[in-house]
Amino acid sequence: MQVHKYDVVIVGAGGAGMRAAIESGQRAHTAVLTKLYPTRSHTGAAQGGMCAALANVEEDNWEWHTFDTVKGGDYLVDQDAAEVMAKEAIEAVLDLERMGLPFNRTPEGRIDQRRFGGHTRDHGKAPVRRSCYAADRTGHMILQTLYQNCVKHNVEFYNEYYVLDLLMVDQEVTVDGVTRIEKRVAGVVSYDLASGELHIFQAKSVVFASGGVGKVYKTTSNAHTLTGDGMGIAFRRGIPLEDMEFFQFHPTGLAGLGILLSEAARGEGAILRNSEGERFMERYAPTIKDLAPRDIVARSMANEVREGRGAGPNKDYVLLDLTHLEPAHIDAKLPDITEFARTYLGVEPYTEPVPVFPTAHYAMGGIPTNIKAEVLADNDTVVPGLYAAGEVACVSVHGSNRLGTNSLLDINVFGKRAGIAAAQYALTADFVEIPENPAAETELLLNRARSSEGGERVAQIRKELQDVMDANVQVFRTEQTLLEALRVIDTLEERYTRITVQDKGKRFNLDLLEAVELGFLLDMAKVMTAAALHRKESRGGHFREDYPERDDENFMTHSMAYKDPSATETSGVRLETKPVIFTRYQPMERKY
Amino acid sequence: MEKEPASKVELAPDVAGGEVPTFDVTLKVRRYNPEVSDEAHWDEWKLTMYGTDRVLDALHKVKWEHDGSVSFRRSCAHGVCGSDAMRINGRNRLACKTLLKDLDTSKPILVEPIKGLPVEKDLIVDMEPFFQSYREIMPFLISKGHEPAKERLQSSEERDRYDDTTKCILCAACTSSCPVFWTDGQYFGPAAIVNAHRFIFDSRDDAGDMRLEILNDKEGVWRCRTTFNCSEACPRGIQVTKAISEVKQAILTRKV
Repeated sequence: MQVHKYDVVIVGAGGAGMRAAIESGQRAHTAVLTKLYPTRSHTGAAQGGMCAALANVEEDNWEWHTFDTVKGGDYLVDQDAAEVMAKEAIEAVLDLERMGLPFNRTPEGRIDQRRFGGHTRDHGKAPVRRSCYAADRTGHMILQTLYQNCVKHNVEFYNEYYVLDLLMVDQEVTVDGVTRIEKRVAGVVSYDLASGELHIFQAKSVVFASGGVGKVYKTTSNAHTLTGDGMGIAFRRGIPLEDMEFFQFHPTGLAGLGILLSEAARGEGAILRNSEGERFMERYAPTIKDLAPRDIVARSMANEVREGRGAGPNKDYVLLDLTHLEPAHIDAKLPDITEFARTYLGVEPYTEPVPVFPTAHYAMGGIPTNIKAEVLADNDTVVPGLYAAGEVACVSVHGSNRLGTNSLLDINVFGKRAGIAAAQYALTADFVEIPENPAAETELLLNRARSSEGGERVAQIRKELQDVMDANVQVFRTEQTLLEALRVIDTLEERYTRITVQDKGKRFNLDLLEAVELGFLLDMAKVMTAAALHRKESRGGHFREDYPERDDENFMTHSMAYKDPSATETSGVRLETKPVIFTRYQPMERKY
Repeated sequence: MEKEPASKVELAPDVAGGEVPTFDVTLKVRRYNPEVSDEAHWDEWKLTMYGTDRVLDALHKVKWEHDGSVSFRRSCAHGVCGSDAMRINGRNRLACKTLLKDLDTSKPILVEPIKGLPVEKDLIVDMEPFFQSYREIMPFLISKGHEPAKERLQSSEERDRYDDTTKCILCAACTSSCPVFWTDGQYFGPAAIVNAHRFIFDSRDDAGDMRLEILNDKEGVWRCRTTFNCSEACPRGIQVTKAISEVKQAILTRKV
């Protein structure tokens, strides 16, 4: 087995991973491991923009951006993290411009800005133009620009290397005469898709930037490859996962397909209508209407459908109406998403409203970190050398509901911070010795999947998992639906031990990797459902019909989910809580 | 531009379609796995598919229900990540952007790997030579002088000059459709030239001359025979041939 040695290993080559690599690569010997090619990551699918209070087109400041982020997250946001993000947003946008990103421009030649859901002037008075953008392919341009700069700085990539395990050892540390056991990072175990060989990467610092877990759902905007690998690896290694009950459903997925139509459409003036032609958001959010945050819009849409005002033959979607916008304006600002409507549904957005329905989009929760992107092993113990940034992490800037554009911002601000911190740590720390038989558990996992002949199909189990999650852990939840989901996930887990992988070869065995990915999906579905069961209130993206109110007295806390086989009631997931960090904003009722 | 839309409108009665019908297709896939045999062969499956299904859905149906060893790359599944460029009925396209109903389903649908790059297994090719050419044209902004404290200014007209070539997703559909690239593996190929164009015509960039020099090489733009295959193949609608001729023109006049 080949062993590689780097100061810093970054897992994932999306926006967060490559932003980290640009910093780390210039300071320390760095490798980026990605299960795809770098420009294939799902950052490239982001459309609408990246908010920063540049105030290029109207008055704005980062404190308003902080407030919007905190309120948008229904006060579950760690306010120190939100301040860091909103403040550093400005430099993050300028960094990208200096790296070459082709932002759209104002008539004066400065970076243009447009409206986006939940981003307001002066603490909610009216929508504000804060989102910096490149047509409706901002994520594509960020991904390309970051990759271009990785090429410029000769960042080393290992393409199609799947990281399957994190190597950690327990070390005794004595501080002020008190001895305790501390987890230390030694490296990662990785599977080379081309050869089927395992490679050990020894590293002083490991940065997880491996993205989200949208494929637990059937209707999703996420790529096939977003299977929660990074979260799953950390969870299996005893790291808790924070706020996993909060999953964002983006209001405007193409009906039946889930393909994303950017909120920028509504930022540019498009509106939602029900089967009666009514602009229903006027009822749900009288002040900012269609530009209310995503959780509110998604719930309102689902409610319209439930109450029989859905459009289409099965009355199961609503309509995104752009027909009052000038075609030239649509072409200039929203070319890609209008093409999606034409290509995939055969609908002409100039003249016809587009069928849309909420689509699973973004995990607010993830691996807990502090604002230095350091991973936490519990509520406050840092794991030296371990970092996380982007969707895989929970810092928590999104709280219970992320505002549009804040994910592209998150990956740039905390990706950069993670890259710098990981390199700095590596420059002062020593390598931790790789444990004996470092790949033993990974080999066991792969051999079990390869040799099992139980006849169960990976794709069938995955489909049933996605169906049960769509039906029971979606926009609306109750104790009953969540218990049902847990029950089904348990049976799927049992069937998972009896799968048969048909491809027995070593070369490009994606059949085998899909089986491994399904294991992560099952784990994460269980964590998400158990956490949702635990939170007996409604907040942001988590709406419990049996507890429809926000309950600050009992639930103004983050949830922390630990792997614990003794927690049999909740399928081996133990839930604890962690205080929310407040700086200047006290919780208020969340109205728009 | 900004008029407030009506609170309520009459919707057309047929708004947004009816039921989606199903139909049958035959999918033929070019198979190759050197672990098993040095010879490539065709496998075929009869499948029942839905109206909005794409070639990628048919490939998934085969992989997930019939033969798990069928191998292909894919990720985003809606035409933005560039993973699943392949030859479909003899034309380079993205499998996730090609609707089955838009193909002639009375005949088998033929799916092969893109040409000109070494086949690794089934529809998976070695992308390294492709990315090597891309890296050689220095695909990053090079700007002399001081870093501005804020953003560099650029007019909308200046930005429009290279907007089209910023759409590239590096899927290799263009490069692997080029007959010159098939016979001459040293040729940079359309995608590398498109990405050079993206910087050569960016008013903020100061290294246009260096890139033009690189592309003035015998394996550079002059190998292009203007067959327009690349423009037809581009799933992003980039006018690739036009971009290449603009680069040729810039080499001749040393003016961008």
